[in-house]
Amino acid sequence: MRTKLAQVGRRLLQAVPSVIGIIVISFALTRALPGDPAVYFAGAMADEKSIAEVRVALGLDRSWIEQFFIYVGNLFSGNLGVSLNTGRPVLTELMTRLPASLELTFTGLGIAILIAVPLGVLAAVRPGSWIDHMCRVLVTAGVSLPTFFTGLFLIYLFYYLLGLAPSPLGRLDILFFPPEHVTGFYTLDSLIAGDGETFVAALKQIVLPALTLGLFALAPIARMTRAAMLNALASDFVRTARANGLSSATVLGTYAFRNAALPVLTTLGMVFSFLLGANVLVEKVFSWPGIGSFAIEALIASDYAAVQGFVLSMALLFVLVNLAIDTLLTLIDPRIGLDG
Amino acid sequence: MAPRPILTVDGLSVEFRTRNGTVRALESVDLTVAKGEVLGIVGESGSGKSVTAYTVIGLLDKAGRPVAGSAEYDGVPLIGTREKDLADLRGREISMIFQNPRAALNPIRPVGKQIEDVLLRHNQATRQDAKEKAIAMLEKVRIVDPPLRYWSYPYELSGGMCQRVMIAIALACNPRLLIADEPTTGLDVTTQKATMDLVQELTRASGMSVILITHDLGMAAAYCDRIVVMRKGEIVEAAPVAQLFADPKHPYTQKLIAASPGPNSKLSDLTAVPDEMEDAAPVQAPDAPPVRVMPPSRAPLMEVTNLVKEFPRRDAKSVWPWQKSETADTVFRAVDDISFSLSRGESLGLVGESGCGKSTTSSIVTRLLDPTAGSVFFDGEDITAFRAAKFARLPQRRKIQMVFQDPTDSLNPRFSSADSISDPLRRMVGLSGAALTKRVEELSDMVGLPRHLLTRFPHQLSGGQKARVGIARAIAADPMLLVLDEPTSALDVSVQAVVLQLLDRLKQELGMSYIFVSHDLNVVRLLCERVIVMNKGKIVETGTAEDVLTRPQQDYTKTLIAAIPQLDPARWRPPQTAAAPVPKAAE
Repeated sequence: MRTKLAQVGRRLLQAVPSVIGIIVISFALTRALPGDPAVYFAGAMADEKSIAEVRVALGLDRSWIEQFFIYVGNLFSGNLGVSLNTGRPVLTELMTRLPASLELTFTGLGIAILIAVPLGVLAAVRPGSWIDHMCRVLVTAGVSLPTFFTGLFLIYLFYYLLGLAPSPLGRLDILFFPPEHVTGFYTLDSLIAGDGETFVAALKQIVLPALTLGLFALAPIARMTRAAMLNALASDFVRTARANGLSSATVLGTYAFRNAALPVLTTLGMVFSFLLGANVLVEKVFSWPGIGSFAIEALIASDYAAVQGFVLSMALLFVLVNLAIDTLLTLIDPRIGLDG
Repeated sequence: MAPRPILTVDGLSVEFRTRNGTVRALESVDLTVAKGEVLGIVGESGSGKSVTAYTVIGLLDKAGRPVAGSAEYDGVPLIGTREKDLADLRGREISMIFQNPRAALNPIRPVGKQIEDVLLRHNQATRQDAKEKAIAMLEKVRIVDPPLRYWSYPYELSGGMCQRVMIAIALACNPRLLIADEPTTGLDVTTQKATMDLVQELTRASGMSVILITHDLGMAAAYCDRIVVMRKGEIVEAAPVAQLFADPKHPYTQKLIAASPGPNSKLSDLTAVPDEMEDAAPVQAPDAPPVRVMPPSRAPLMEVTNLVKEFPRRDAKSVWPWQKSETADTVFRAVDDISFSLSRGESLGLVGESGCGKSTTSSIVTRLLDPTAGSVFFDGEDITAFRAAKFARLPQRRKIQMVFQDPTDSLNPRFSSADSISDPLRRMVGLSGAALTKRVEELSDMVGLPRHLLTRFPHQLSGGQKARVGIARAIAADPMLLVLDEPTSALDVSVQAVVLQLLDRLKQELGMSYIFVSHDLNVVRLLCERVIVMNKGKIVETGTAEDVLTRPQQDYTKTLIAAIPQLDPARWRPPQTAAAPVPKAAE
């Protein structure tokens, strides 16, 4: 167990260089953006002198190296600058919007896993059956349909034609008050507060966008599960398990699926990063007040502090998720860490 | 009459659906296994010996299906029985052990748990005493420190230990029939012997019946009571072991026995019985001298002095990168200060068990790996002076060539035979156009590969044909030294016999020197004048092949030789015919 902990510790240390890299790149990227931020900050009516003043005030007159150290210093004190668009600190903006994005992403990923994993397993257990064909159709659809299209189609179908879904405007119908802030996830918070009505309302709002994301994430997961499961079922150790008369539940669960879960888990990390990208469009379509829509607006307005904050938080999130998955893999798979 | 057999297979036929229509894998197979009997099923790859076992136990591929016949275990029908009922029998009444034991165990489940799974499934243990019984099983198969090993994962155990765990799983519920499918393939000879002795001891103790499926006649001879010989899905001969070897009735059995190198066989004996199935051009058996004598002193072609190769240890106990390792040895010496020399035209056998350093040595000699210390002089020049990557561009590169172990994996699957053979000619000799085509055809004639096979891809060739392509590629650039790394271990015995003869003929025609790396002393003896036995990176013994094999000096060599299941048909033959040669068939 001690070596396991050490392995996890070592893996955590390996994240440090990535974090440093992210800080450098997010700094360099935003400096490479076209346009002079000082001109934007000074406003439309500014003259040469006031632009120069703004430049000094923002520290943009100093060398890149100096600016970088100031940037890093600010990062550690939690100062990400002020958003030009909203006039509020970027950190506050991100902190209020991040839970909305995460709630959506996790729900979407959850839906995808719940559908894709059993589907992939069944397709592998009965290759060539109707369920295998259904799996193939869903995978092809998930890969080929862009998220904004699926989103708009779902809105058209469930909101416009059938009237089952509420209007796709944000996280909660305007008739409800957001629940007390605990996790920032409206569905969870309303449950914690014991407010059933708000919970149902929040759930209704999240179903369509989460489904859109889920359909997108479903394809790679189902495909990977099917392939990994087929591989595991054809392996020698499954043959051994069957030769020993183990029940099909044990053969499929303990022997085949646990082994097949390892590559699937690795894929999940990748899928999560796809979802972070897909989020931006889905949030736009459903007017979801997450960081994706915030980032688009910031990008359009050359709001460099906001863009920088967005890039930084997304990258950190990505590192964090992969770290979590690797840690999980290290704990599940006894072989990891010895040949690494 | 003997009591009712425990397993009766009667007229069993099996068909496989393939892309090119149905293929008969078994053709009315009849066999019986008596209580306490050890039945050997012997045959080459594709003979249907494993299909028979899988059909009986109900593990046949979905593509395969029994079309006729029946199989009964102790009065219970096995063909057409519901999977659920069969699963009840498997593991409790009929158990199976497989080849490649490490892959046959669940890689992410402790081995003790895997024994428990079987015990619990067949109600041989309760949740409370399962662990205790699993540890008892580990103890029974003589695994050291069973309570600790209970928690081991397969990757932490050696191949031999994994096979012991497999045996523990198979015998956990005291079945009455054990099917062992090539149980020792891929294990070292000494491990092989220990494993088979263990199986024999444990099954004898409880009067268990055993079906031993093997391609190795020597092993079948050593452990079986009765042997069934299969070819192309049919049983060609079935007889008690002594009778089968003393007086083989079927020509195929005769051929198999002749092709299996024994302690006294000569290279020309191996194909004394003609092969009616090999579609390659017949290779003339060379009139080699019966006993290989050391050629008179010749100038050395290669001189290896004080060669050392160290690898960093992966299992070093340092937990954090900046910590000093707790163990003193951070390096593993794969090759530990060895010296030898090789004359022109000589063949030298490099023998030892896995991990003894023979492959590392051959990789350094072929300059695919850089040594840690020591030097290799080849044709008067120190070739270790160049790094491995640089050596690839030197003229000496074409003088040292290699033939690899797996004829399939060592050929580019997207290259036709002609592409594979012409690759070294184009790169190292600089041939092109008509000259290249002509040379490729010459080479294919030399190795006995029919010219019409030159356009084929590896998957369209048989094992023996692929081996020929590999050899043609290796000799294409006129090398002075050929390093053969277990060139026949992936081949069937009859193909091995032909390939060995081919190699011997090429050596005489082209005057090459061989370094022949192998674990099989019997095979080495056939081709090599001198043998080096290695163990743990050091040279244990060296001498002429005859001397080392018949009069080993060192204990390690003695153990190694004793562990080989010897196939000596003369043992069973009546004394007056023992000396008679196997009848030479008309060509």
